[in-house]
Amino acid sequence: MTNQTKLQPSVSLLNGYRAEDFFDEMVGPGENLRPHYARFRELFQSLTLAEFENKRQSVDLAFLRQGVTFNVYGDSAGTEKIFPFDLLPRIIPAKEWEFLERGLVQRITALNLFLHDLYHEQKILKDGVIPPYYILSGKHFRREFVNFNVPKDIYIHVCGTDLIRDDQGNYLVLEDNGRCPSGVSYVLENRRAMKRTFPQMFERVGVRSVEDYPRELLRMLQYIAPAGVSDPTVVLLTPGAANSAYFEHTYLARQMGIEIVEGRDLVVRDARVFMRTTKGLQPVHVIYRRLDDDFLDPTIFRRDSMLGVPGLVHAYRTGNVSLANSIGTGIADDKVMYHFVPKMIKYYLDQEPIIPNVATYLANEEADKKYILDHMEELVVKAANESGGYGMLIGPKATKAEVAEFRKKVEAEPRNYIAQPTISLSRHPTHVTDGLFEGRHIDLRPYIISGEKTVIVPGGLTRVALRKGSLVVNSSQGGGSKDTWVLYGDE
Amino acid sequence: MLSRVANSLYWMSRYIERAENIARIVDVNLQLLLDLRNLNEERLAKHWLPIVQTTGDEEQFFALHHKATAQTVTEFLVFQPENANSIVSSICSARENARMVRDQITVELWEELNRLYWFVRTPTARQVWRESPSEFFQQIKNSSLLIIGLTYATLIHNEGWWFAQVGKYIERADKTSRILDLRYETLPEKGLPETVSETDALEWSAILRSCSAWDAYKTIHGAEVSPRLVAEFLLLNEDFPRSVRFCVDELNNALRKISGVAGGKFCNDAEKLAGRLVAELQFMTIDEIFDVGLHGYLDRLQGKLNDIGGALFNAYIFQNFNNLEDEIMVQQEEQQQQSGSRSSSIVTRY
Repeated sequence: MTNQTKLQPSVSLLNGYRAEDFFDEMVGPGENLRPHYARFRELFQSLTLAEFENKRQSVDLAFLRQGVTFNVYGDSAGTEKIFPFDLLPRIIPAKEWEFLERGLVQRITALNLFLHDLYHEQKILKDGVIPPYYILSGKHFRREFVNFNVPKDIYIHVCGTDLIRDDQGNYLVLEDNGRCPSGVSYVLENRRAMKRTFPQMFERVGVRSVEDYPRELLRMLQYIAPAGVSDPTVVLLTPGAANSAYFEHTYLARQMGIEIVEGRDLVVRDARVFMRTTKGLQPVHVIYRRLDDDFLDPTIFRRDSMLGVPGLVHAYRTGNVSLANSIGTGIADDKVMYHFVPKMIKYYLDQEPIIPNVATYLANEEADKKYILDHMEELVVKAANESGGYGMLIGPKATKAEVAEFRKKVEAEPRNYIAQPTISLSRHPTHVTDGLFEGRHIDLRPYIISGEKTVIVPGGLTRVALRKGSLVVNSSQGGGSKDTWVLYGDE
Repeated sequence: MLSRVANSLYWMSRYIERAENIARIVDVNLQLLLDLRNLNEERLAKHWLPIVQTTGDEEQFFALHHKATAQTVTEFLVFQPENANSIVSSICSARENARMVRDQITVELWEELNRLYWFVRTPTARQVWRESPSEFFQQIKNSSLLIIGLTYATLIHNEGWWFAQVGKYIERADKTSRILDLRYETLPEKGLPETVSETDALEWSAILRSCSAWDAYKTIHGAEVSPRLVAEFLLLNEDFPRSVRFCVDELNNALRKISGVAGGKFCNDAEKLAGRLVAELQFMTIDEIFDVGLHGYLDRLQGKLNDIGGALFNAYIFQNFNNLEDEIMVQQEEQQQQSGSRSSSIVTRY
């Protein structure tokens, strides 16, 4: 802290912050502070600008020193970057979280029932709720797993469901990530950083802990072990140190106390999986794989994959090894399938969805397609099977050329495109520069673990689009993150 | 322990040891020049070239530089990214290996190694280097010693830890022998030199300093520096932690901790070769070594250390496995043989 900034005590952090014409998480109608931010803001405003700057810099430095980084593909200036972290936490009151939790449990229950049905009786197709064409043309539908019984009948063991809020503050589900969602390590590391930075705040504001995640994850992995294995060996399968989420893989393995393995560390003999150790081959029973289906086993999927394990799928089918997530969950990630999730909830649970979907137009349906093509400039158009903010057109922000390009794509491959109205995402005060705070758009990804029971660690990853006006929060596209505080109470 | 993990721990500590040794060599030799101001260009080249030769990367050096001068040699040994054994490259490799076994090492160790990595990777490193080379080397050496201490004091001393010890001691023995070989051109092919000039004495004490051995040496031999005493100290001393004998003893010990096989017996080639080398260094005198020629002896010694490293790899790290294509074939055959018993409703893709 320097004397110079101390001489300006009148500059109070967050003073003059305005919600403007957006739904703001901190400031409500009439620019009034929302009650669940009151205690935080009071404590936060006791900081001077210089103190805040100090804290901000020491957090950045700590992340770099600890190697809390992600790899950037195709960036020659150094392949590792820290995921920009904003010190202002996003706060969710207890009642709101309780609502979200119910909605997420309902959704994951329906998705797991759907996947079971899809890979067995296919009643939902026979009853005409989902047109079979969409399944059969689904890029990630694994027909070779029809009638295969997955351990404990769980398909999506770890789900990252992206939630947003619209301009009225209504929560909506934007997408379900049921393959290998990443980001949970940032939830845990962000929390650690915040505890170091604002140790006194947590108790006084009353923030629920997120620390249980690794234990719950391990518990689930042990639960799905093959029958008859009492003390299962669980490993985490990573594509390797070059993968963008490698930090997270080592982090989770370390927190769970399990081995992190690469494909070349594993070998299949007599349909059993072993790892190569200095003492010879040792059996493996459960694999938390952070590798997409396509790369798992070159004898079944992509033959050119050097990342997988030949024979792994055979061992899985034989029941000697369990995988989380199961093979074939990608069909539920398909953005066309997303459109049908409310119908799944109705069909399997006979309930109305607690957290609604964003209205979705399927380019493959004639009427929808016409609407999409007529309203491209207003809509967000997405490829059905891309992630990470790639393959997406935000109509209102796109150039004429970009719109024309997407028009061609939609016309050529209608099955692979959907469109949604452009939602004005809620905003959250975010540090811009030198103690200046502005609203930036955010989303929320809670992590849902389905094992013996369904567990959701309070909160999740709040991602923030750091570029002014941007609606894209992905780390690969200039996004950052915030700690997410779920409160014990409502104020 | 996963073989790949053992391999990474081994290389992580080897590369750290390598970076530290090179830092010492360059540092000491730069300082030595301050005492040898009246050297002509030829003598200067004779001073710097052997330093490149000790690292075994002479060919690559001349692919990048015309002449061995203080600038080119230090650039090559400190920063040159093309040189896989430069200080910066070694630190990057150590950190890359640590990153691959991030779950096996402690936060304390990782953070220090990571800090060192960012120190040499940012432009400030060159700035520190330009302003004060010895300050720069001090940072590298201190960090390496801190890492060695953290490895000792924060890591669990399990199998993986012993692999890290093997890596450290192989590298240290190798580097000590190479540093000792720096002035071989001033020695006769066999036997001892008849006279030792003042410059020679300074250069032999620089050898000691390059091994952090100066203080230890003085407590035993006082200020008298001769090639014979220096070589004896660095090769055969039982108690000095950088002497070749000490390192090989520790290396042998670590190998036996890994396998659980008692001394005097062996269960793999690494133990056999290490045990033999231990015996050789125990029952050898420095005069016998000079009789066959120090340079030739050191050359063979380095070969033996290499063989131990290779045998270790064969015993623990590399296990016979088919190449990927063969493995795919084997697995497909096995799957076909069993497919008859599968339920017929399953549609397979192939």
